[in-house]
Amino acid sequence: MKLSHVFRVFVVLALFVAQVVQAEQITPVKSEVAADNALLLNELISARSTSDKKNLINLIANSNFPQRAKVLSALQDGDLYYTKADEQLVYAFSHPDGYQITSVIDGENLGVIGSRKVRKISINNELRTVLRGVLAELSLRSEDVFVRLSAAKDLIRSPSPEFLYAIERAKAVEVNEKVLASLNIATAMINLNSEEQVLRLDAIEAFRGTLDSDAMSILAAMQLKDSEGNYLEQDDLVRESAAAVLSEMRGEAEMYKLVENVFFGLSLGSVLLLTAVGLAITFGVMGVINMAHGEMMMLGAYTTYVIQLLMPNYIDYSIVVAIPAAFLVSGLVGIVIERGVIRHLYGRPLETLLATFGVSLILQQAVRSIFSPLNKSVSAPSWLSGSWEINGALSLTYNRLYIIIFSLVVLLMLVFLLKKTFVGLQMRAVTQNRAMANSMGIRTGWVDALTFGLGSGIAGIAGVALSQLTNVGPNLGQSYIIDSFMVVVFGGVGNLFGTFFAAMSLGVANKFLEPFAGAVLAKIFVLVFIILFIQWRPRGLFALKGRSVED
Amino acid sequence: MSAVVKSPGFHSAEMQSMLYLNGVTKSFDGFKAINNLSLDIAPGELRAIIGPNGAGKSTMMDIITGKTRPDSGQVRFRDSIDLTQYDEADIANLGIGRKFQKPTVVETLSVWQNVELALAGTRSVLHALFHTLSSEQTDKVNDVIKLVGLKEKAGDIAGSLSHGQKQWLEIGMLIVQGPELLLVDEPAAGMTDHETMETAALLKEINKDHTVVVVEHDMDFIKALDSKVTVLHEGSVLAEGRLEVVSANPRVIEVYLGR
Amino acid sequence: MINSKIFERSAIGRLLLADKAGRYLIAALLVITVLVPLCNLLMPAGSFLHIPTYVVVLLGKYLCYALLALALDLVWGYCGILSLGHGAFFALGGYAMGMHLMRQIGERGVYGNAELPDFMVFLNWTELPWYWYGFDNFFFTMFMVALVPAALAFVFGWLAFRSRVTGVYLSIITQAMTYALLLAFFRNDMGFGGNNGLTDFKDILGFSLQSDATRCVLFALSALSVAGAYVLCRAIVTSKYGRVLIAIRDAESRTRFMGYRVEHYKLFVFVVSAILAGIAGALYVPQVGIINPGEFGPINSIEIVIWVAIGGRGTLFGAVIGAVAVNYAKTYFTGAFPEVWLFMLGALFVISTLYLPKGIVGVVTQIRERRAESNATSIPEQGAKS
Repeated sequence: MKLSHVFRVFVVLALFVAQVVQAEQITPVKSEVAADNALLLNELISARSTSDKKNLINLIANSNFPQRAKVLSALQDGDLYYTKADEQLVYAFSHPDGYQITSVIDGENLGVIGSRKVRKISINNELRTVLRGVLAELSLRSEDVFVRLSAAKDLIRSPSPEFLYAIERAKAVEVNEKVLASLNIATAMINLNSEEQVLRLDAIEAFRGTLDSDAMSILAAMQLKDSEGNYLEQDDLVRESAAAVLSEMRGEAEMYKLVENVFFGLSLGSVLLLTAVGLAITFGVMGVINMAHGEMMMLGAYTTYVIQLLMPNYIDYSIVVAIPAAFLVSGLVGIVIERGVIRHLYGRPLETLLATFGVSLILQQAVRSIFSPLNKSVSAPSWLSGSWEINGALSLTYNRLYIIIFSLVVLLMLVFLLKKTFVGLQMRAVTQNRAMANSMGIRTGWVDALTFGLGSGIAGIAGVALSQLTNVGPNLGQSYIIDSFMVVVFGGVGNLFGTFFAAMSLGVANKFLEPFAGAVLAKIFVLVFIILFIQWRPRGLFALKGRSVED
Repeated sequence: MSAVVKSPGFHSAEMQSMLYLNGVTKSFDGFKAINNLSLDIAPGELRAIIGPNGAGKSTMMDIITGKTRPDSGQVRFRDSIDLTQYDEADIANLGIGRKFQKPTVVETLSVWQNVELALAGTRSVLHALFHTLSSEQTDKVNDVIKLVGLKEKAGDIAGSLSHGQKQWLEIGMLIVQGPELLLVDEPAAGMTDHETMETAALLKEINKDHTVVVVEHDMDFIKALDSKVTVLHEGSVLAEGRLEVVSANPRVIEVYLGR
Repeated sequence: MINSKIFERSAIGRLLLADKAGRYLIAALLVITVLVPLCNLLMPAGSFLHIPTYVVVLLGKYLCYALLALALDLVWGYCGILSLGHGAFFALGGYAMGMHLMRQIGERGVYGNAELPDFMVFLNWTELPWYWYGFDNFFFTMFMVALVPAALAFVFGWLAFRSRVTGVYLSIITQAMTYALLLAFFRNDMGFGGNNGLTDFKDILGFSLQSDATRCVLFALSALSVAGAYVLCRAIVTSKYGRVLIAIRDAESRTRFMGYRVEHYKLFVFVVSAILAGIAGALYVPQVGIINPGEFGPINSIEIVIWVAIGGRGTLFGAVIGAVAVNYAKTYFTGAFPEVWLFMLGALFVISTLYLPKGIVGVVTQIRERRAESNATSIPEQGAKS
């Protein structure tokens, strides 16, 4: 034993001398530290008594060994072994032929070794408790705020008095509010199990306004009765105050759930708004039924795809380039369609519907022939991922948030263009009285083409947004065209505010129906609702009333 | 210049008025197209209604024929029938015929078929499916076509008729419908002078058996009709009476000639 | 001679005497009813006159489409109701027939359950849903083939026509209707086989669906149905009712002010049309051997419109020609140049609306009128008095 111990120390020393020699040229101090750490770690192999091990654990935790957390958690999980032959500390994971081992000191993979050739560093329950506290404190001291936050959340889930000291120390230095809040909940969770009524009542009070789901389930559990009808929680005062705080928390959580549903609904509504607003121009303002509207969106989505192919190293900026590009591509195609086909069909809406449907088939097949019928993957820029966490019950994803903002910006720009610019004035003049506009010198044909191009271009922009939400394929447009028509018809033709209102309310209605009807059935309900709604108001919600639209 | 044509005994003695509007108001998005309008058409009367653009003439026609519901006011037919309770088809079957401002005939059917469709009779689907014309009905159709001067054109597609001929065909369709009250919207619009005079004569002829309300712009036509005139302005009655009297009214002159 | 006199006096005879194109069509349909089965069943396989079974099935399919086109032409061509949801009536008729054929499989299914179709066993259903009751009976099924589309058309039409939803608005909500049904039938919970639909049929009234004889009978029935539907539609459009329909199409307000209840007229023709479409679907399903939710697809319904537009709307004859011609082209091109077909179909839509507002029949009439004009004898086509 003694001999082997001496031998072991020698080997380790030799190993580290070699390392130190290697590292000396760079940072001599650091290598000395490394050698110290290695010695410290290897003490684990020889330490026998619980108190020795406890001391060692604390020493390791307070050392500056970079992987100390990993070593300690391996120790706790029972994955820390040493090789009997050369008494080297290793991580060991079971393998059909024994154990797969890795050196703790330098992370070198030492291959597979027979199960008899290694021995586990054993721990007992007392040590496990110590380890939990030490590990928690280690994570709480981490420089990475996400590590600290998840450590705090772990503590909430496994409240145990031995963490209290670590938590209090962490609180003293914590600067992040979210982490601090979680730590407070963790303290409260621990105190809830104490014997002191005052501490428990304080703990319950601390939950107020936190929306923590674990806290809510604990408080709910305190209201349960056993099989004989007695409350599990025998302290009436504690139970009642728990009930009060619980109902307040539930009410608040419900409200946030509602807010979240509205948010989901608005984001769906924004997608609808984007897809429908172009149609509101061509259908609402010009009276043209453009069945190829969906394909204009598809072209926008494919433009995004092509832009990303052209600038593969700048995916984050590709969307910014794609928006104007898609507007131009779809807008130009729209102008070609207007000049080539629709121009000959004004005043014959049903014929326009059929002809543009034909155009949509041609565009679909063209895309299929050029890009293949398979879906293309369009990557999302990094700034679109992630979410904005407002509190425990509410977090808003950035892509949904951006799409709401984006659709509103598009709508406002469109309103501005129509109401405040000369081109918009001409567009409105031509729609209201073509002959009069013509006689005032407005080139109505040119304005028609431009208006149609505008509607199509906006569909292209919608396509850019859709490329972030759905598969980009030749059939992309078809899945949105009916929804877009529903929105325009529901909102009232010729009224952009109506389109906005319809898109948002249909989006929200859909999201509120989904939980108890399922997505497909919710959609069916919405369709049936609109079919019935049209019976009641054949010209939509915000139809222009008056003589001009009667015939 | 005779008095208003009235054929005594033509209608039951008790009936006071063929058409009675009282305090009718209709607004579109805040704009009052009809404002507290009152009108009383006696049985057998021929009445001309004039007024500048936007005076509410067409809206008034829409309200009488059930196309538009008034916001308030009474609309009564033959004293007792509340027209606001019925829709276009009901009102047509009650005995009110309407001619549109723009001639509307079924352009793809022949003149004869147009008149046949308008011919009074059961309007049910089943009846139409198994319907065949009696010789009496055939005669009736032929007579009306003759009356409106389209005998030569009976087999032609209505779409091939001239503008004036379409107006006549539409009037013919109104007559064959057998209404008691005819509402005629700008029958002389787009007609030659000669056609205008013929149309006036035709309406006077029709007035022998029907009550007729004519909306018109053309002053020569109104003169030729030689009837009581109602002037509409901003949705209500500005003046009423013989044309000579009305046209001397300073307010009418102001409205028509501007300040 | 006696035969021809009886023909002249009969109602159908009178109808067809005034309709030369119709006579040719009926004659052609009767000829193929007899000839195609004969050439398939009696001629030896190698013979020049032999018609292979797949051609019989293909022709039968075209005839079902022709019937569907007639149905659409009745509402669109004559009453101006552009339904973009007629595929739904077709599919409902098809599903009714499919349910019957499913029940006929009985114990021969994969799971050998006498009561439940395979897909229900697969979904762990233990009993037949109530709406499947009765479909084991052929006559009940035939009744439902007409009733289900008729009921949908009645409810939908009653709502839409009463509220005066017209023109493109009507087109859009008919499209929404078929789209909603598409989504609904995709759901497994609906009990119509979900995504896969109904298939693996074995026999009809005890006759195997795989046998040539059954296929020939189905073909003949399809041809006779088209002939029958043609005569029915012809009778409707040449009656006074038909002229009211045309009046509604061309001058709806006028018709209303003449005292006609436009909504009743539209509703009647819409329901008749839906029934015809349902029958077409019911004939189609046993011949192709499957019905799935795809038949509800909005695209399918729009394709029907193009058959009628190409053939010539407002002429029943044209609808039949258009359906057969476009579908023949589809079969040919999707086989020979699959890439080109959608370009072709798209171009057909554009060209037919821009340059052929009256379709093939319109072009033929125009040519004949020009020839007639050069002969200085003009014959007005539609000016005939009744």
